[in-house]
Amino acid sequence: MTEEKYLNAGLRESATFDRTAMAEIRRAAQSGIYDIRGFGAKRRLPHFDDLLFLGASMSRYPLEGYRETCNTSVTLGTRYAKNPITIDIPVTIAGMSFGALSANAKEALGRGASAVGTTTTTGDGGMTPEERGQSTKLVYQYLPSRYGMNPDDLRKADAIEVVLGQGAKPGGGGMLLGQKITDRVAEMRTLPKGIDQRSACRHPDWTGPDDLAIKILELREITDWKVPIYIKVGATRTYYDVKLAVKAGADVIVVDGMQGGTAATQDVFIEHVGIPTLAAIPQAVQALQEMGMHREVQLIVSGGIRNGADVAKCMALGADAVAIGTAALIALGCNHPKYAEEFKKIGSAPGFYDDYQEGKDPAGISTQNPELAARLDPVEGGHHLANYLRVLTLEAQTLARACGKSDLRNLEPEDLVALTVESAAMARVPLAGTQWVPGQSF
Amino acid sequence: MRTVDLNEAAVRDLNQALHDQSDECTERDWQVLNPKGAHNLACGLDQNLSVEIQGHAGYFCAGMNKKATVTIEGNVGQGVAENMMSGVVRVKGNASQAAGATAHGGLLVIEGDAGARCGISLKGADIVVKGNVGHMSCFMAQAGSLVVCGDAGDALGDSLYEVHIYVKGEVKSLGADCVKKEMRPEHLEELTELLNRAGIDEDPAAFTRYGSARQLYNFKVDNAAAY
Ligand SMILES: Cc1cc2nc3c(=O)[nH]c(=O)nc-3n(C[C@H](O)[C@H](O)[C@H](O)COP(=O)(O)O)c2cc1C
Repeated sequence: MTEEKYLNAGLRESATFDRTAMAEIRRAAQSGIYDIRGFGAKRRLPHFDDLLFLGASMSRYPLEGYRETCNTSVTLGTRYAKNPITIDIPVTIAGMSFGALSANAKEALGRGASAVGTTTTTGDGGMTPEERGQSTKLVYQYLPSRYGMNPDDLRKADAIEVVLGQGAKPGGGGMLLGQKITDRVAEMRTLPKGIDQRSACRHPDWTGPDDLAIKILELREITDWKVPIYIKVGATRTYYDVKLAVKAGADVIVVDGMQGGTAATQDVFIEHVGIPTLAAIPQAVQALQEMGMHREVQLIVSGGIRNGADVAKCMALGADAVAIGTAALIALGCNHPKYAEEFKKIGSAPGFYDDYQEGKDPAGISTQNPELAARLDPVEGGHHLANYLRVLTLEAQTLARACGKSDLRNLEPEDLVALTVESAAMARVPLAGTQWVPGQSF
Repeated sequence: MRTVDLNEAAVRDLNQALHDQSDECTERDWQVLNPKGAHNLACGLDQNLSVEIQGHAGYFCAGMNKKATVTIEGNVGQGVAENMMSGVVRVKGNASQAAGATAHGGLLVIEGDAGARCGISLKGADIVVKGNVGHMSCFMAQAGSLVVCGDAGDALGDSLYEVHIYVKGEVKSLGADCVKKEMRPEHLEELTELLNRAGIDEDPAAFTRYGSARQLYNFKVDNAAAY
């Protein structure tokens, strides 16, 4: 019987115990261990699709597409760093570790980002020469695990990102399962080959914002105050976290919403911890504004960004730039339908694949298997990523010009309306066609 | 010998002067006066320098040290010699929490006691403590060694990997996956060498060795209670 016939025959599927819930119960009963996977939250959440731009009309003046300029460059780290970073487009590549990703994938990310004048970021596993070599502007992550951390790489970095958390798992540590620990990955992390690596969730040598302020000063001292220092937080109590990050001395704050991707985390964590990206941005911006630091300390937002509209909406809500992880991997070929047959062999399908932790990615991206990794040509991958980043920028510019803005950062909440009550409340913009901002007016 | 008096100079001036020695070394012997517990003293060094800090130092003293020998004639705050790569850091007094955290190489000697989490996430450096260490020392430590001539606090070596731990005194309790191990000749040899390098006169035979039972290296349902 087809699904339609089931329904016509009066069979009814439970909305509570749907097929996903049932499959998970069976999986848990079989294996006795929680589900670990990659990717980000898969549940439906209030997101940027729930916002719309109000284009120019009688009361606003649009800019001429293609002719009148719309600036996209942003300078990050203007607060304390001797050498702030200027990116040509406000879309950066988020931190993804070598270990989670193949060396070719890391190289492709570097090539693509460099081609369009933006930054790429290391991850939980240290800096590889391929990545440094191919990235004109590279952000070096400073994580609780400190795998591969060394002062030489620190001094080679163009910025340092102190990672307190990730949107996919605020409050959680990292995980890299044994299948992905090759000799090279093991050596970079000073651990035996083939073991499951648990990265700590707290930094080993400081706790709390007062300590963090001293830690940041240490990093500045070691790098002679040259490079910007970012603080990355998973979106939870964003308003307070941003205030504390500013107090601790951040040049740039990265807020990663709960949709943000991950390489390997418990599914229960990915789906049930944190707040949506949409809800986090206004909290962060409010905190910065109250401290007189909006635009002084730059805000980078990530978590579920897919297209130029998402970029423009983030910026209209007050972000200075965005970061992408999952979308960049898809641009490189992650989940590509051309691997349908191979996905089938490993019990998955294009568009559904999220077992990054297994290291069997047919697209050769989230793997350390040399044969699979060789499928991704870093030059071609870099080219695709650069194309995609250009499209994001052009789309965001199109929307900004339509709103009469000569700089992406001139977009403002006033340019936006919401389609749902939830998104209106979270984004703090009116429900379309009304003056109503739930929580702020009646 | 060059002297920097922190009553007159700022920490930034001190560190910059020490970093300038990486490009061209004009002075190997340095002395720091009136440190008064300042944070981040002599961090990020990358040259064969000898730096004597005449007093107490704050957090992250000699952080990420490479090549240099840094001696603190007093106590140090949190994270002394954190992520050290090489060289020697010697604390004449006591050290606060997370001494030698994540250090990859070099030798850290603490002549007094060390607080909690000494050698946390250690990645290859050697730490020798003449006195006692606090709880959770060598938590998740990956490589290198910790020698404790006094006693160790609770949960020693919790979730450790391949670090070598030697304790002469009492261990209040062992952390998850940390077990007492046989002291074979190669361990006695290693310990003798560590004590010699640290300049500490102790009988290696009086120590007990601890290490990983390697039961938590791969996730197993049967171990769920330990996670
Ligand atoms: C494969 C993969 C690996 C990641 N590794 C790290 C990491 O090492 N450190 C980190 O801070 N975030 C890591 N992240 C999270 C990203 O930096 C970023 O926050 C997230 O991907 C943004 O959301 P998006 O994927 O929806 O764009 C990883 C994400 C992915 C998909």
